Amino acid sequence: MSESKKITVATTWLDGCSGCHMSLLDIDERLIELAQQVDIVYSPLVDGKHLPETVDVGIIEGSVSNEEDLAKAREFRRHCKYLISLGDCAVTGNVPAMRNLFPLDSVYDRAYQENVQHNPLRPNDGVPALLDVVKPVHAVVPVDLHVPGCPPSADTIWFVLSQLLEGRVPNPNEVTRFGA
Amino acid sequence: MHIDELNELAEQIRTQHQSCQHCVRVCMAASCQSSGADDVLKRLEDAAPEGDQVQVKSVGCMGLCSAGPLVEVRSRGDDQPIMYQHVESQDAEEIMGSLGDSVVQRLECPTSIPFFQRQQKIVLENSGIIDPEDIEDYIAADGYSALVEALTESSPAEVLNEVNLSGLRGRGGGGYPTGLKWSTVAKMPATQKYVICNADEGDPGAFMDRAVLESDPHRILEGMALAAYAVGANRGYIYVRAEYPLAIDRLKKSIRQATRKGLLGANVCDTPFSFDIEVRLGAGAFVCGEETALMQSVEGERGQPRPRPPYPAELGLWGFPTLINNVETYANIAPIVRNGGEWFASIGTERSKGTKVFALAGRIHNTGLIEVPMGVPLREIVEEIGGGVPDGRRFKAVQTGGPSGGCLPAEQMDLPVDYDSLREVGSIMGSGGMIVMDETSSMVDVARYFMEFCMTESCGKCVPCRVGTYQMHELLTKIAAGKGTSADLALLEELCEVVQMTSLCGLGQTAPNPVVSTLQYFRHEYEEKLIRDEFVDMEQQTEEMEAVS
Amino acid sequence: MIQTPTPNVRVVTFKIDDRDFSAREDETIIQVAWENGIRVPSLCYLEGLSVWGACRLCVVEIVGSPRLVSSCSTRVAEGMEIRTDSERLQAYRRMILELLFSERNHVCSVCVSNGHCELQNLAQQCGMDHVRVPYRNKVYQVDSSHDLFRVDHNRCVLCSRCIRVCDEIEGAHTWDSKGRGIDTQVITDLNRPWGESDSCTGCGKCVQVCPTGALVQQGTSVGEMHKDRKFLPYLSRMRDAQ
Repeated sequence: MSESKKITVATTWLDGCSGCHMSLLDIDERLIELAQQVDIVYSPLVDGKHLPETVDVGIIEGSVSNEEDLAKAREFRRHCKYLISLGDCAVTGNVPAMRNLFPLDSVYDRAYQENVQHNPLRPNDGVPALLDVVKPVHAVVPVDLHVPGCPPSADTIWFVLSQLLEGRVPNPNEVTRFGA
Repeated sequence: MHIDELNELAEQIRTQHQSCQHCVRVCMAASCQSSGADDVLKRLEDAAPEGDQVQVKSVGCMGLCSAGPLVEVRSRGDDQPIMYQHVESQDAEEIMGSLGDSVVQRLECPTSIPFFQRQQKIVLENSGIIDPEDIEDYIAADGYSALVEALTESSPAEVLNEVNLSGLRGRGGGGYPTGLKWSTVAKMPATQKYVICNADEGDPGAFMDRAVLESDPHRILEGMALAAYAVGANRGYIYVRAEYPLAIDRLKKSIRQATRKGLLGANVCDTPFSFDIEVRLGAGAFVCGEETALMQSVEGERGQPRPRPPYPAELGLWGFPTLINNVETYANIAPIVRNGGEWFASIGTERSKGTKVFALAGRIHNTGLIEVPMGVPLREIVEEIGGGVPDGRRFKAVQTGGPSGGCLPAEQMDLPVDYDSLREVGSIMGSGGMIVMDETSSMVDVARYFMEFCMTESCGKCVPCRVGTYQMHELLTKIAAGKGTSADLALLEELCEVVQMTSLCGLGQTAPNPVVSTLQYFRHEYEEKLIRDEFVDMEQQTEEMEAVS
Repeated sequence: MIQTPTPNVRVVTFKIDDRDFSAREDETIIQVAWENGIRVPSLCYLEGLSVWGACRLCVVEIVGSPRLVSSCSTRVAEGMEIRTDSERLQAYRRMILELLFSERNHVCSVCVSNGHCELQNLAQQCGMDHVRVPYRNKVYQVDSSHDLFRVDHNRCVLCSRCIRVCDEIEGAHTWDSKGRGIDTQVITDLNRPWGESDSCTGCGKCVQVCPTGALVQQGTSVGEMHKDRKFLPYLSRMRDAQ
């Protein structure tokens, strides 16, 4: 099989802890098997900094919390044929969405005023502006597959990816759940 | 009391009434009272000449509430009474002065209009004619004759048979055959049974039951007593919402009067039949109109429905078999027993017998209360009796059945108004509210209004109603604000189905109806408000392409 | 009331999901189904408490009837044909679960009941893997005033098991509910802090029957896992002194 025939995969992390990506790396030696079949063309884990025009599978970790997250989720939807929400933050909003219980102003204040000793100041450029409400990925773009878990275990991720590679639509509920 | 004694009493009272030359009736139902009928009545009484030549009388609802306060003058020898509209207290002397002589033309309300001519009154036969606070007036109008005759000359089974023959169906909205309901309770072997009158009228824009209770309360007591006799109950409750103080007041007065006359209480008419009625007040929860929630509330519990079966007929108030009917249903009972079930069955259509009271409200010329035979075309009600849409605007839809009902467009105007026809086109008879809307109404807003009503009135017990109505309301608000996408609309429709199919009680099961029916007839109004979403549309295109290939 | 066995009841035969069963006619569909390993999902039903019929997850189809019935409140009958798992029912149940998850703040990953929660398990069992309706994001308080227990309204599903067990089994009726519709909330006494309740016996039955992390024992959350290391410098000092 030539390199160009490999399935292309792009991953990104939005608002989250990157634990789902760590869990992906936790599939250990199966990474080698995976690398033979897929080409990770864009990811925090690889060097490529340009999302190709068309990618077979996009994997998003993290919730949509700021303008950059929103732009990234949309970019992924435009370029990826099949989009996966990986982990509870992407699927439910999870921990990042817990700030939804507070007004946005008080969130800013807590982060940039109350806990800052030197020159407390709310940034107005250089950092993406927070959205009013933290949302799961499917609330801003259609998502094809939801893989809950915090994080989904390495076995779960392997199950999902290997099923997809075999041309089947996996049912993640067989192996994972919210908070798993 | 025997029937002959009652008839004699009635004759006596009628003779007394006939001694006066002019009878001036002032509508003292809630609507006319709120526009100043109290003062009109007082000034008329002050202006009336001494002696019994002129009788000034407070009566119940005359129907044309939009023209209130209403005053009717009936002079002996005249066939047609004269009706005055928008009467103010300063008009009293002029009206009194005109008696037997002329007509105060600037106040005259023409009674030749279809609003009055096209009606057929059974439930409202005494409404606006008798003094609701005087039991003798009711007796003079053949009141209690059905009860006394039944108690002294018929068996419970014979009463039941007449109700069965009449084909009467529940007027509270469900349309369940009344005779069948009664038979079920009658057949239960229990020694203790209850009869309940559901007077927790709560649909926005509906005031049929209030008018009956305010205008002819004894009719309800008589209907309930006949029901109790037929099913073997000895205790009754009238569950009225506390927002109807006048109705409550008149009911309590009527119960006292009837008990004093020996028509309620222990050993009615010296027969073994005993029947006491108690008035219970609802504290404003719409869901307490649902029968199982109503019973919870009567028992002093939180007003929440429970799953049915078991139905109240089997397991009702305090665990005993209980018959629950609506005000208007009971209001039909005395005439049915008096005139026979066959007489009643000759009115109306094949499957919907008798008449129905409707409360006309919204963008219609004659707002008020009407009673028409079942099967009358919708057009006749709206355009002729109701006088059509005012201000030269165009009719758009009529909402029937309240928050559980639907909106019918102009194309459905030739529909005969009966239980089954309305259901077929996606609405329901409901309790009888009819809200007319003209071209200025947005149907999305209408659906949103009713959903807001159901959301705030949901008791919170079952999940689909509690959270589903909230989420549907959110979606409707989003769509109405022009921020919804086609995905939102699809989700709304899915929610409608889930809430309809899985909710615990009728409130939840019917809460989506206004959305479903406006989507059925006015879908374009929803679609016009949607915004394009790049990603949703992309997904749809893909699906469509897949479907094609 | 429904569950009280009456003498001389008949035994009836019927079908659940095309399998033949027989049972006493005073048994409910859910009882027979669960006895025979048919997992009809439910949140509010709990053997030993009165039937509530409110979560609507246990709705089933009866062949020939246009309406769905809740299997916890419906008795079996002769010749009845029951379907518990049609595609339509599955879709309805997923939506009901979505509504529940959207209603309050069920953040499984940081919940003390993570891994022991009936709501979480039902989502997995019913294949509800994401919530399409918007989350309400409504703030609910946590009442930690009781010495032994805590109520976190963020996790409450209003199944009323606590209310029923407290009333029907313990006989204290400490729990009840206030408000209506989406504003319904369980309360202790007349909406007083739990710790100030005169009627609560501290039996903890409510905690045991709660399906989620709404009612828990004190000391079980991550933040309460205090480590006491004061012993260390003391012990090491004493040893050094030897």
